[in-house]
Amino acid sequence: MRHDEARESSTFNNIPALNNATAIDNAGIVAGVTANNVAVENNEQDKKPNRFARIFRREGKERGERTEPVGYLMVLPYVLHTLVFLGYPLAFAFVLIFHRWNIYTPMRFVGFGNIRLLISDPLVWRALLNTLYFLLIHVPLQLAVALLFAQLLNQKIRARAFFRASFFMPVVVSGVVVTILWQQLFAFETGLINVALNSLGLTKIGWLTSPNVAMPAIAVMATWKNVGLYIVLLLVGLQGIPSHLYEAAELDGAGAWQKFRYITIPALNPTIILVLVLSTIGGFSLFIEPYVMTGGGPVSSTLSGILYLYKQAFVFGKMGYAATIGFFWAIIVFLVVMIQRWVVERTETERM
Amino acid sequence: MRRFLLYSLLAIGALVFIYPFVWMVAATFKPEAEVTNFNLFSSFFSFDNYLFVFRKIPVTRSFFNSLFVSLVVTASVIFFGSVTGYALARLRFAGRSLVVNIALLTMMIPAQLTLIPLYTLVVRFGWINSFAALIVPAMMSSYAALLFRNFFMQIPQSLVEAARLDGCSDLRILFSIVFPLSKPIIWTVALLTFMGIWNDVLWSLMVIRDETKMTMPLVVTLFAVGGGAEARLGAQLAAATLLAVPVIVAYVFLQRHLIESLAASGMKN
Repeated sequence: MRHDEARESSTFNNIPALNNATAIDNAGIVAGVTANNVAVENNEQDKKPNRFARIFRREGKERGERTEPVGYLMVLPYVLHTLVFLGYPLAFAFVLIFHRWNIYTPMRFVGFGNIRLLISDPLVWRALLNTLYFLLIHVPLQLAVALLFAQLLNQKIRARAFFRASFFMPVVVSGVVVTILWQQLFAFETGLINVALNSLGLTKIGWLTSPNVAMPAIAVMATWKNVGLYIVLLLVGLQGIPSHLYEAAELDGAGAWQKFRYITIPALNPTIILVLVLSTIGGFSLFIEPYVMTGGGPVSSTLSGILYLYKQAFVFGKMGYAATIGFFWAIIVFLVVMIQRWVVERTETERM
Repeated sequence: MRRFLLYSLLAIGALVFIYPFVWMVAATFKPEAEVTNFNLFSSFFSFDNYLFVFRKIPVTRSFFNSLFVSLVVTASVIFFGSVTGYALARLRFAGRSLVVNIALLTMMIPAQLTLIPLYTLVVRFGWINSFAALIVPAMMSSYAALLFRNFFMQIPQSLVEAARLDGCSDLRILFSIVFPLSKPIIWTVALLTFMGIWNDVLWSLMVIRDETKMTMPLVVTLFAVGGGAEARLGAQLAAATLLAVPVIVAYVFLQRHLIESLAASGMKN
């Protein structure tokens, strides 16, 4: 039976839901190539000894059945498309890194010139620091707010669907809308937040004009936009925790905090990793917010990696250098996500 | 007492997430001097901001551009995603798991890495300022193919076999037997793809410079950034509202599907 074969690939029990959520974070499915590091998980579970042997075996012969050539025809468009719009750009990235090119005149080989330039470019490091600063505020805030509201929604309440839908609304609305709206809220003289502060007798804050505040302000806005998705993800996680665990804990005299700490948090661990990874990737894809609100200022305090890459490519016409920045950024995203997962999993095993 | 606290917190939350949108819509009908106060309604109601926006930027045109691009991409991702997914789930051929592994691998490549090379490729194809630049690179998605594959593997083989005995071709089986059983996954792929394309700005900003070809988020972004709004707050908010309203209306009708498909695919992990 053909059907038996389905069991063969254990790889697929957990396709990560990443691309979709990432697409929301950075509003860009550039050919669906969005960074998706949780996929790594799949491969780690797949390390069986005969894996490579299996890849190249003619699967059709396994049980003496014939191959179905129509299969080739059906995957052909996808394979060609991937080769052209992902394979080629991937290979060409490694060519661009070693060249100077403004796209109009012929490429010029510069060896490690771009890489040397990148290492000594203060703005690259500035963008990296800005992003880390953003993540330092955005990720914990996002997780805390999402956990709080997911807990609230998990009680026996009326109108849960309404509340869930309201928290989710900023997730579906375009980042441009959210950015324009918050630009008004953050405005120094006339912004609603400062008007409110003023009427309470507090001093106005230069939300987008003071270099120390601008990035945190953007981090708060990004949290407001994305947190609804994480509320829903965590809510689904909470609903999957069997209630007998809590009942048993209550019999043992556990308080609310202990139940949260020793049952809820460990049970939510996979979802929490997902939230961490998704918001980190979102943070490294930050573009439209600084592009519309601040242009990267004041004094480069909100310059993000993608904004800098965009400027190098489209303001200064340096395709080679922009590709180098993209390459560097991709490595950093990969490393940060790996470290994050490693830390979370380690603390998890220590706790057990 | 506890329930009161619970509902208060939830209500404050709902207000925090919804009120800014309500305020935004209300502000667009106020005269410029009154835009920046908390009141939702003002002394007089005016459409000035909208008239200004419609005069300055091709709102209708860009709306239909966005709709066209998003619909074509969504249809294509569903079609090719399901065809690829069907072959990978149901047909035997050499190299099948190789394709699956490649699809998994492609999802690990950060977008930043291929952004600029992909742009240079599109330039070489001569697609700058054409819908092809927005549509073709996004027409297929590894993620959609894998989602479909995953879903199709759960469909009973007996259905497929029965159709085969009746002499149905594989495409026929896919579209007339498997598809009606696959509504949840089709919804998920459709909504995620549509939303991703509809809201995209960065890629459109890179490949489209001709205003008549621009998508709506791009037109609104450039209106707010490029000085077209002449620093009129009301007009910027009106442009943002025009961009938000279709999405919010669609959301009101589809919210259950949208939230559930996002959550469901999230939990597969």
